[in-house]
Amino acid sequence: MIGFLIQRVLQALMVVIAMSIIVFLGVYAIGNPIDVMIDPASDQALREALIHRYGLDRPLIEQYFVFMNNMLHGDFGESFIYRLPVINLIFSRFPATLELALTAMLIATCLGIPLGLWAGYKPEALSSRAIMAFSVLGFSVPTFWVGLLLIMVFAVELGWLPSGGRGPTTTVFGIPMSITSLEGWSYIILPAFNLALFKLGLLIRLTRAGTSEVMSSDFVRFARAQGLSEGKVVGLHVLKNISIPIVTVFGLELGSTLAFAVVTETVFNWPGMGKLIIDSITVLDRPVMVAYLILVVFLFVLINLVVDLVYGQLDPRIRVKAAS
Amino acid sequence: MSDAVLKVRDLRTQFHTKAGALKAVDGVSFEVARGRILGLVGESGSGKSVTGYSILGLIEAPGEIAGGEVLLDGVDVTRLKGEALRRVRGAKIAMVFQDPMMTLNPVLKIGTQMIAAVRAHDKVSRKVAWERSRAALAKVGIPSPEERLDAYPHQLSGGMRQRVAIAIALLHSPAVIIADEPTTALDVSIQGQILAEVRRLADDTGTAFVWVTHDLAVVSSLADDICVMYAGKVVETGAAAEVIASPRHPYTAGLLASVPAEHEPGERLPQVPGSTPSLANLPPGCAFAPRCFKAGPACTTTPPVQHFEGGRTALCHYPIESDSCPPPSSTSAAYQNAS
Repeated sequence: MIGFLIQRVLQALMVVIAMSIIVFLGVYAIGNPIDVMIDPASDQALREALIHRYGLDRPLIEQYFVFMNNMLHGDFGESFIYRLPVINLIFSRFPATLELALTAMLIATCLGIPLGLWAGYKPEALSSRAIMAFSVLGFSVPTFWVGLLLIMVFAVELGWLPSGGRGPTTTVFGIPMSITSLEGWSYIILPAFNLALFKLGLLIRLTRAGTSEVMSSDFVRFARAQGLSEGKVVGLHVLKNISIPIVTVFGLELGSTLAFAVVTETVFNWPGMGKLIIDSITVLDRPVMVAYLILVVFLFVLINLVVDLVYGQLDPRIRVKAAS
Repeated sequence: MSDAVLKVRDLRTQFHTKAGALKAVDGVSFEVARGRILGLVGESGSGKSVTGYSILGLIEAPGEIAGGEVLLDGVDVTRLKGEALRRVRGAKIAMVFQDPMMTLNPVLKIGTQMIAAVRAHDKVSRKVAWERSRAALAKVGIPSPEERLDAYPHQLSGGMRQRVAIAIALLHSPAVIIADEPTTALDVSIQGQILAEVRRLADDTGTAFVWVTHDLAVVSSLADDICVMYAGKVVETGAAAEVIASPRHPYTAGLLASVPAEHEPGERLPQVPGSTPSLANLPPGCAFAPRCFKAGPACTTTPPVQHFEGGRTALCHYPIESDSCPPPSSTSAAYQNAS
């Protein structure tokens, strides 16, 4: 177990290093951030001074090591644009994204798994066909378009829900939250549903595929031959067997939702990290980009680690392999 | 056999395919009495497993039971649905499947699966259910059952898993257990132990067994009665010892002739020529006629059920007569000549 964790942490470090090099090189190749930041009319001396101030006149390899050295000391640098420590900038936006992503995953899971189970359990039923048709729409219709449609219907036409923004937040353990108040929910529900739609389609299809496979297995037949009720057959035997692919996809989707909720955040004007990274890319705010992407890598590694640990709980055969 | 607990009468099970309805089970009838073991024998595709599934109502679309009845203590199981059928399964008729690697859920502990099986019919606490599971494992000869309850199926050998499956089948002391080739996937010594265990259980508890198998050696050492199936039909019935000593139906004779133990080592084994016909494309009359060494002109018409002494029957125009009963070697010679 300890060996497994150490191996994982080392892997994560390698990924972070590789990632930082790629981002550094990539941003360097795109252009000089000073050109974007500075007024084109300013003179060469001011330009040189700024370049020198940000250390951009030094060789790339040196810039990289300075950056990495600072990072190891917990200093991710300062945003070129906001003149704020990057870490503060990111964590001021992180709770909003986290809340949105978790709500979206909750919606996708609570709807997707039961619907998928039903569609796999009764594949011929009309309701199952409707569910499957919906799931195709879920991951083939573009997110921004659905977002606009949701705003049109629920905010503009019906006027039930606000069209965007985060609304009032209450502070819980120092973190601003929307979902603690009913009004907060009225703001989060549309973007969360919009974000959930793709994952919902995916989870429905995944659950259905697993269910229809497990339903035809010998142990389900044996469970029925023992007189187990259909509820028990599905709830006990099927659910546990299909959970591994579901947990895998759940983890990956949670990670990508946290990192790349950009489209939904833009459509609903949600003040999350997605908007921050898009803004940083436009102005080549390198410290923010690098730090953000390293945070994303860290999140993915963390989620994958949790997923791997959950596997062992779900399937004893995997546990044996890990132990040996 | 008026005290039969299970009476199967003219059971018909069909599978609807593009090629039309396939009659996997076509008018099968047999009876099993308390504490008796019936060997349901046949080759792959003869419909013996489907018969077993039909008895428990485990046939799924595109299959359906097209007719006949399965009387369990006078109640027709084929007419039961939903909750009523669930109450019978596992409690009055239980089933053990062929492959012990597949019949236990790999991700649930043995204990979890057994407790669920107990509580499917008896509303008892988990503790009581656990205790009953432990007792059931002990009954089928599993050492240290407490530890086994806490194990996952992959931690047990194939023989142990099949014993667990049998223990699960025994949990509610059912009147009948359908065993679908439960020892086929096991090695011979384990098979022998399990057969002895089953014989003892049938004698002690009065549970009737329907032992579905293709293995005549198993049947001869285990079963009281035999029912030989071919292409969805019962072709011969009778007491096991008598059928094996003097088969009436040429097909049974052919099966017996190809048992390796009856022959000199190194000698070429006689085979029944040809292979089991496709259910979609059965010959008219007797389905076995094209492979039969005794086939005659009448065989293109539906064969009659012929009765013999000792309650034996054979579905044949030209059954093998008892006084002219050929010993296994001459039967094999007949088959070798025919092939």
